[in-house]
Order: sequence, then structure tokens, then C-alpha cells
Amino acid sequence: MFDLDTWQEILDTIRANRMRSFLTAFSVAWGIFMLIVLLGSGQGLRNGVAYQFRDDAVNSIWVWPGQTSVPYKGLQPGRRVQLTNEDHDGIATGVGGVDHITSRFSIGGTLQVRYRDETTAFDVRSVHPGHLYLEKTIITEGRFINPLDIREYRKVAVIGVKVVKALFKDEPPIGRYIEINGLAFKVVGTFTDEGGEGELEKIYLPITTAQRAFGGANRVSQIMMTTGDEPLARTAAMAKDVHRRVAERHTFSVDDERAVYVRDSNEEFDRFMKLMAAIRMFVWVVGLGTILAGVVGVSNIMMIAVRERTREIGVRRALGATPWSVVSLILKESILITGVAGYAGLVLGIAVLEIAARVMPPGGFFQRPEVDLGVAIQATLLLVAAGTAAGFFPARRAGALRPVEALRNE
Amino acid sequence: MIHLEQIDKTYVSGRNRVHVLKAVDLTIEAGEMVSVMGASGSGKSTLMNIMGLLDGYDTGAYRLDGKLMKDISETRAAVYRRQWVGFVFQSFNLIPFKTAAENVALPLYYQGIKRRRRLAMARDALERVGLADRAEHRPSELSGGEQQRVAIARALVSKPKMVLADEPTGALDSATSTDIMRLLQEVNREGVTVVVVTHEHDVAAMTRRIIRLRDGRIENAHEKPADV
Repeated sequence: MFDLDTWQEILDTIRANRMRSFLTAFSVAWGIFMLIVLLGSGQGLRNGVAYQFRDDAVNSIWVWPGQTSVPYKGLQPGRRVQLTNEDHDGIATGVGGVDHITSRFSIGGTLQVRYRDETTAFDVRSVHPGHLYLEKTIITEGRFINPLDIREYRKVAVIGVKVVKALFKDEPPIGRYIEINGLAFKVVGTFTDEGGEGELEKIYLPITTAQRAFGGANRVSQIMMTTGDEPLARTAAMAKDVHRRVAERHTFSVDDERAVYVRDSNEEFDRFMKLMAAIRMFVWVVGLGTILAGVVGVSNIMMIAVRERTREIGVRRALGATPWSVVSLILKESILITGVAGYAGLVLGIAVLEIAARVMPPGGFFQRPEVDLGVAIQATLLLVAAGTAAGFFPARRAGALRPVEALRNE
Repeated sequence: MIHLEQIDKTYVSGRNRVHVLKAVDLTIEAGEMVSVMGASGSGKSTLMNIMGLLDGYDTGAYRLDGKLMKDISETRAAVYRRQWVGFVFQSFNLIPFKTAAENVALPLYYQGIKRRRRLAMARDALERVGLADRAEHRPSELSGGEQQRVAIARALVSKPKMVLADEPTGALDSATSTDIMRLLQEVNREGVTVVVVTHEHDVAAMTRRIIRLRDGRIENAHEKPADV
């Protein structure tokens, strides 16, 4: 199959027919290039959107209190709903499918946090151990709040890495005491978070300790839970159940959407996944369109090229070429051109994606554009095959002609 | 060497049937130099195409060197052409994007001769037709006479037993025509059978036997050319 002389002959032909060769090569290279850039951009867009979701658990239900909006059992609308520990416990034990659950209690006002001579204001969240999973908190040292802290009202704190930096400089923080509004808390852990700078400036306390120490009684400001692997239909039912339980405890209509807000992030995530699928679909449709245009282009050029060469084929036949040698000469030429051009398009497309990846700002809606090399190579092979097939049939016809008929062709 | 017996050939195009050759009997011995003459449409080109295996025939028998050439595959026909026949056409039929040397070397490519050797042989063949200095020129850079000499070099390069020339001088002026015919005479003196299809008396006169065709029939297969 590999015969240097044959390829020399083919290269001569390609060199002698620059325009035709260039047009074929261009339509293949352009098709592959566009496909790569498209698929890569689609992936970049998906990566970017996925990045926006990186911070919080995507399978969670969040509960905030609101105000009643309809009269119920003789009670006026406009009453404020105050969530309590009992709501938390009711949901934790009553609603099926809850994986991790936490409440948050917000201490009012700014809190001054002091370590030795260093005093800074930080945001303090008092939570249950399950909060770790809701916020996707990553412990870097020590531990997070645990059930024992909750039960025994321990004065412990888990602090973000920026808090560590601000208060402790290079000192190891674990085991040290920080003062929050004058009360001493022992640092038992440090954490980081992918949610951005702000998340790293938080301090977590056990919710029971905070309620007792900062006058919170049994009040909580929100309740969040993860839903494990429950499907969307199940989590929607769970969200309804949560709403119903809170409604019963606080005596408002189960249809009162504004008395308490229950947000199911599964629903959002589902919408987001559908958007992703739509982007993917769009990219594929446009990409396949591009490839199809390339196939048509290459096929056209090949068909015209073979027709143009009918007389040359006749001459070669008269000089002793077998029909097959003529067909294989044309096919090898087409494979060579489309193969090289496809590869060039591939390399160029990937180069453009690399540059785009470097130029785009990090953290935006377009990140790490990348392309599945397998798909790219398959697309290239498809174009090569299409060009070859488009050349094959007219070449075979021309090859099968009596030489005298091919020679008569002007 | 060439032996035709009761050759019949009809072209069918759509509903038209053209009976081109009618019961042609013809023998050409090795080493002869003959011309085939006749008005246009008399079937002389078809006759030559059949002899050169560029075209088939309907009935009868064509024997080339004793072997029957009837309904042979295109692949076998290609092999016979390669070994036996060199063609010279009225319109030269050089490949436009190849240089003279590359054109001449092309038949050798199909004989599987290596590139370097076949280009050397092509140069020798060009030298023989007096075009050694035109080896690197494209056909478009050559005059008609030069192109036809390149075509003759191409026909000779594979050392065929016969050269079939279809109106080799049809596109040339008379002085050049004479040159080309002298060249073919020279080829014939070296033992190659030469068949020239022509409608020019001057050209036919430079062969040693004239075969006259009329309406697809042989009128006279043994006419002696008058001295010019």
C-alpha cells in the first residue's frame, strides 16, 4: 500500500492543481476548526455556569420566615412568622428523605472579634453540624461544629482562613481563644470555601451556644437541609411537607406562600441542567451543520475535480493504467488532502481554545473551554470519509469508462 | 501481428445506431508502416481504437500477436496496452500540469519503473526526438510540433512493438507534419510497427502501404502509395 513513488505522483498532482487542492483543504479545515471552537466554547460556557453553582449544595431545601398574607382561622394577615428550634426538630424528625439539616441563628448587630491586640468585625453564623454539607465548607485544620458542642453549649468556634490571617497572622490558631463581643470561644477548626472571598471571613459557632450567649432563646432565622439523592419529584413533596409542618405549628394557611419561603434548589438545579442540555444540543446542531456543510463542500469539489480529470484519466488509461490504479490515485489524493487539512483545522481550533482560555477572566461565565478529542477526531474522519466517498463514485465511473470515451471528454 | 477478422462495430447513442465497421478483415505484419485513410466517419479512428484496445468490438475476432482480444477486462487491456502499444493522438493528449519529461515518463510509472530511472529514460527518449532542452517545459510552453514530438517520445519510451497514431499531423502545419512523419519513419526503421490514421495524402504517402476505408468497409487494403 505504501509506495513512495505513488505518493510522489500524488504530491505532484496536488502541487500542480493548487487551487483545487486548496479549496478542498480549506473546506475541511474550516469545518473542523469551527466544530472544535464551537464544542469548546459550549464546554466553556457549561464550565462557567457550573462554576456559579460550586459553592452551595445543589440538592438542598432552604426555609426562611416571612409574613402571613391571608387571614386564617380568624387571624389577621401580616403576622410575622418566627422559626424556632421546634420547627427544626419537627422537620428533622418528621420529614422523610432529609440527609443533613441545620438551622442558622443570626446574632444582631456587628460583632467585634478580638485576639490579643487584634480586633476586627466579622460575620458570625451559628449553625448545626449539618451546615458543613449545606455550604460545602472545606475543613483545613481541626474540625467543624459537632453534636457534642450543640448538646453541651460549648463555646467553640470554627474560623475561615481569612479570619486566621487577620487575627493570628502566622500563629497556629487551633486551641487559642478568641473573644466575640467579650465572650471567649476556643478555636477548634479552620476552613476554606469555594464560594469566594466573603465566605472565608465567616466564623461558625454552635447554634445552641449562640442562642444562649447572645439572647436568642429558641429562635432560628433559617433552616436548611440537603435531600441526598432524592429525585426532583420527591424533593418537591418534601418542600411541601416542610411548608405544611411550619404552617401547622404557626397557624397559617398551607397555601400561604409568603408566610414562609421554601426554596428547593433541586428545582433550580434541574432548570440549570436543562439549560445545559439546551446549550449542548444547540452546539451539536450547529456543529453538525458545519460538518455537513463541509461534507457537501468537499464532495462538490471532489466530484467536479474528477469530472475535470476525465480526460487525464483517459490518457493514463491509454498509457497502461488499470481502472483501479486510476481510482486509487484519486482516492489517495483526496485522503491526503482532507486528512492533512482536517488535522490542521484540529490543531488550529485547539490553539484558539487555548488562547481563549488564557484571555478570559477567571470566575466568569466562560471557563476552561475544552473539547473531547475523540469527537474531534471522529469528525475529521467523517470529513475524510465523505471526501473520499464523494471522489470514489465519479472516479470509479471514470475509471470504468472505455479509454476512448474518457479521451473524447473535453 | 495485428489480425482482424470480420470485425463489426455499432455505436448506439439513444435511439441512434451507427454501424461504424462492417466485416473488416485486415492483417498488419510486424515491422510494417501503414496508413489508414478514409473520409471522416469512415470508421478509421474506431479501427485504430480497436487495434489499440481503447475500444471493444461487437462481433468478429481481433488477434494481437496470435492472442484473441475479445471481451477482455479493462485491467487486462491495460496490461496489453502497457506492453504492446504506444499512442500518438491528434490533440497530443499531454497532461497539462506535468513537464515534458514527466509526461514522457508516465507510461513507465505504470510499468513500475522507479522514478529516477524513468526520468532518465524519459530524457533519453526526448533527446531522440530532439527535445532534450525542453524536458522541463510544460506542454503549454511548447509549440504544436514540439508537443507532438513529446507525445511520440512518450509513445516510444516503453519500447512498444507498435505505435498507433491517430491523425498525428492533424493539428500541425505541413512542414512540421513532414518532420513528424520522418520521425515515425525512423521509429519504423528500428522495427516498430507503425499505423497512422490520416486523411492527408502527403502523410499517407510517407507510409509503405495504404488501407482505404469507406463507410466502414475496407475498400483497398493494399494500395501502394504514389511517390510524392
